[in-house]
Amino acid sequence: MKVALGLRSLTVLSMAMLLMAGNAVAQKTDLNVYTALETDQLKAYTEGFNKAHPNIELKWTRDSTGVITSKLLAEKANPVADLVVGVSASSLAVFANEGMLQPYAPKGLDKISKQYRDPANPPMWVGMDVYGAAICFNTVEAAKLKLPKPQTWQDLTKPIYKGRIVMPNPASSGTGYLDVSGWIQMWGDAKAWKFMDGLHENIAQYTHSGSKPCKQAGAGEFPIGVSFEYRAVTTKKSGAPIDIIFPTEGLGWDLEASGIMKTTKKLEAARTLMDWLATKDAMELYAKNFAVVAMPGIAKPLDFVPADYEKRLAKIDFAWSAKNRDKILAEWTKRFDSKSEKK
Amino acid sequence: MPTSASTLPAVPMPARLTLRAHWQDRLAQGLLLASCVALALFLLAPLAMILIKSVQDKDGVFVGLQQFREYLATPALKESIWNTLWVSTSVTLIVVPLAFVYAYALTRSCMRGKGALRVIALTPILAPSLLSAISFIQWFGTQGLLKFMLGGASIYGPIGIIMSAVYATFPHALMIVLTALLLSDGRLYEVAESLRTPTWRKFFTITLPGAKYGLVSAAMVVFSYTVSDFGIPKVIGGNFNILAIDIFKQVIGQQNFNKGAVVGLILLLPVLLAFIVDWSMQGRLHAQFSARAVPYVPKRSPWFDTSMFAYCCIVSLLLLLVLGMAIYTSFIKLWPYDKSFSLRHYTYGLIDAGVISSFFNSLEMALYVALFGTIFIFGVAYLLEKTRGMPLAKSALRLLAAMPMAVPGMVLGLGYILFFNHPDNPLNGMYHTMTILVLATIVHYYTSSHLTAVTALKALDNEFEAVSASLKVPFYKTFFRVTVPVCLPAILDIGRYLFVNAMVTISAVVFLYSPTTQLAAVAILNMDEAGEVGAAAAMATLIVVSSTLVCVAYALLTRFLLTRTQQWRVAHAS
Repeated sequence: MKVALGLRSLTVLSMAMLLMAGNAVAQKTDLNVYTALETDQLKAYTEGFNKAHPNIELKWTRDSTGVITSKLLAEKANPVADLVVGVSASSLAVFANEGMLQPYAPKGLDKISKQYRDPANPPMWVGMDVYGAAICFNTVEAAKLKLPKPQTWQDLTKPIYKGRIVMPNPASSGTGYLDVSGWIQMWGDAKAWKFMDGLHENIAQYTHSGSKPCKQAGAGEFPIGVSFEYRAVTTKKSGAPIDIIFPTEGLGWDLEASGIMKTTKKLEAARTLMDWLATKDAMELYAKNFAVVAMPGIAKPLDFVPADYEKRLAKIDFAWSAKNRDKILAEWTKRFDSKSEKK
Repeated sequence: MPTSASTLPAVPMPARLTLRAHWQDRLAQGLLLASCVALALFLLAPLAMILIKSVQDKDGVFVGLQQFREYLATPALKESIWNTLWVSTSVTLIVVPLAFVYAYALTRSCMRGKGALRVIALTPILAPSLLSAISFIQWFGTQGLLKFMLGGASIYGPIGIIMSAVYATFPHALMIVLTALLLSDGRLYEVAESLRTPTWRKFFTITLPGAKYGLVSAAMVVFSYTVSDFGIPKVIGGNFNILAIDIFKQVIGQQNFNKGAVVGLILLLPVLLAFIVDWSMQGRLHAQFSARAVPYVPKRSPWFDTSMFAYCCIVSLLLLLVLGMAIYTSFIKLWPYDKSFSLRHYTYGLIDAGVISSFFNSLEMALYVALFGTIFIFGVAYLLEKTRGMPLAKSALRLLAAMPMAVPGMVLGLGYILFFNHPDNPLNGMYHTMTILVLATIVHYYTSSHLTAVTALKALDNEFEAVSASLKVPFYKTFFRVTVPVCLPAILDIGRYLFVNAMVTISAVVFLYSPTTQLAAVAILNMDEAGEVGAAAAMATLIVVSSTLVCVAYALLTRFLLTRTQQWRVAHAS
């Protein structure tokens, strides 16, 4: 078996060498890009990029934010990726802290909104678009249960919603943490924790994925799911009978952002991609999926998303969120996770 | 003594023979050592790379037991441990008897449709585990058709975990128990019959003792699987805290590899228990299948055959209901609001480029896993059971072989990254290749396959080796002429088991695939995550169909092989 496997790795190696040789003839550069973007977005972005730069081939490694972040950290000693594209800004902040990224100011950086890029100059990462908290509300199930439509976060603490709400567990989902840190930064410690105490009384389940609460609402498992805007819109478009609610007090949010790995050997190509990601063309592609993009004036109104969406985004300090994460999660776990399930 | 079984042949070995067979022993021992090295390299080293983090802080500085202290201070921990124990124990107590009766029916009755029933029992591993979770929710969730059966209790919690885990572990347990029952000496039953031993007595004095090792192994596999699997509780567990979820929260949720490693180490404790049990059983086992054994051939008995058939049909039906719901989901527009027929999910899934190529990648990987995995695993089991000497290496191998079942795939996958992607590792060229996916998958499913092989080999009397040695036949000739043919049903089972598991595995390989080695199961997981439940179900259905076709083709191919090699069974029986 060992001999056979040895032979096999040899074949793989020689095939890889052949492939590399073939690429050299075609003058193509391969870029290894790690991403958490959706597959259909990837397709559109790749086509857009290759229209402008046909000589660079993008090799995507795509997975959920949690898996991609863990994978990149595990590969830290010998990174495979040349760039990280479309991963949450909070994860990119972690990579920056670990010294895994290199700063680069893409062409046209001045056209990007200040709050949607790393404040350092040149920045470690640059944002693409914004995704914020949203509530999915199943109208069919709500009608059966005679539940009124909530308008605000505070509404969710009303006793009528007992056992009807699902939200992501902040200890296992970045979306969950985005909600919790959003509430704390909006309202301050005392008010935010009091709100979460009240909310906890109504929670049926803390899920381990940020998309799941909205999918559960869409499938009628639980009438109300705290999730994020993009997932809410796609769920509604798939035909699920949901209304999307953007609570008026303010929304926690994060960015999809990109940065260059410090160890890349293809710096020129990597910078070309970073440049393109900050162009108007690219921003127009993001705007098809997201109501707020990093370059002002590009975004168009999207179905199901209110026009004043960007104004509803809370004031978020990413550095603060990252710094206080362990503390907040410990407190959250103590308050809510240790309580055994009550039926 | 762990090796006493292999050094206690029925016929005492004359000393001079041992001397003469020296170079052959050396060869066997060399192979044994090579296997040790292989497992150390592809299991122990990657695990060590990640578990060492349990005594380090985030910057890799040694901090002693601080991570353990912090973790043990977690408020919900006691509850998590208690929940893990009682849920895993319940699953074990349900699955092992269930699988035993099923295996009993397959081996000891003359019922019809054994082939089909055997394949249906594989269905839980034909589709990605994600699919069964979707299915259970659609049967028993808020909108579930059978929700009334839970009497107001929620599927999200221990009930859901236990049901899904029973479903998921059934095939793993069945394979081991089936092997244990398959190789039994028909003469014992003949003698019992002539002595007019009542049926229940035959069962308790012949059947059960003969299957003891298989039963205990199956129980250990089911228990460690349930303890370490986070896929099921993550989807259907609700707020029910168990240890495996902790590891998910730490590693994927918070990228805290250090705390994750602490939980990973704790999850290995059942393995230690399994090892001790295995060790204590070694000396007291007697091979059932001596060189003069005659395989048991069931006799017709209408009442017994019918009741066994009825039992298997009920179990099969339940298994098929789970799969059926998933297939149904792939053909309707939107659960539960628009149940009209639609092929949309198939066209969507198929048009989505990359899915087809990832399917072929999965197929390629599964074939390699089945081929190399079976050869290696059975070879190692043979060296362990049937060759002489090296007690220490053998103990080490036994421990290594028991470990994978208790290692969450995620931990294995991250360990592989840390070890094989390390710049100083001469093997780092393997990273991002198909080879590493194949290796990780073989290791991930090692334990059940190993225990199946060992169960088959234990049933064989060491007399075969002793006789061969006295006839100066080298051990490898005995291996190919006697051992492999007699154990062929078990070997083929292992190959099929590895194949179907490799087609749907996610947890370890999700960290290891590269842009050129995308896998179908990962694509399905992504579709589900993106909210395309129907498309995910459609792609999973395609995997189920193709795996079933492969199983059928495989069955036809091997039938030829079996009729040739298993003729002795028939010849003796007539």
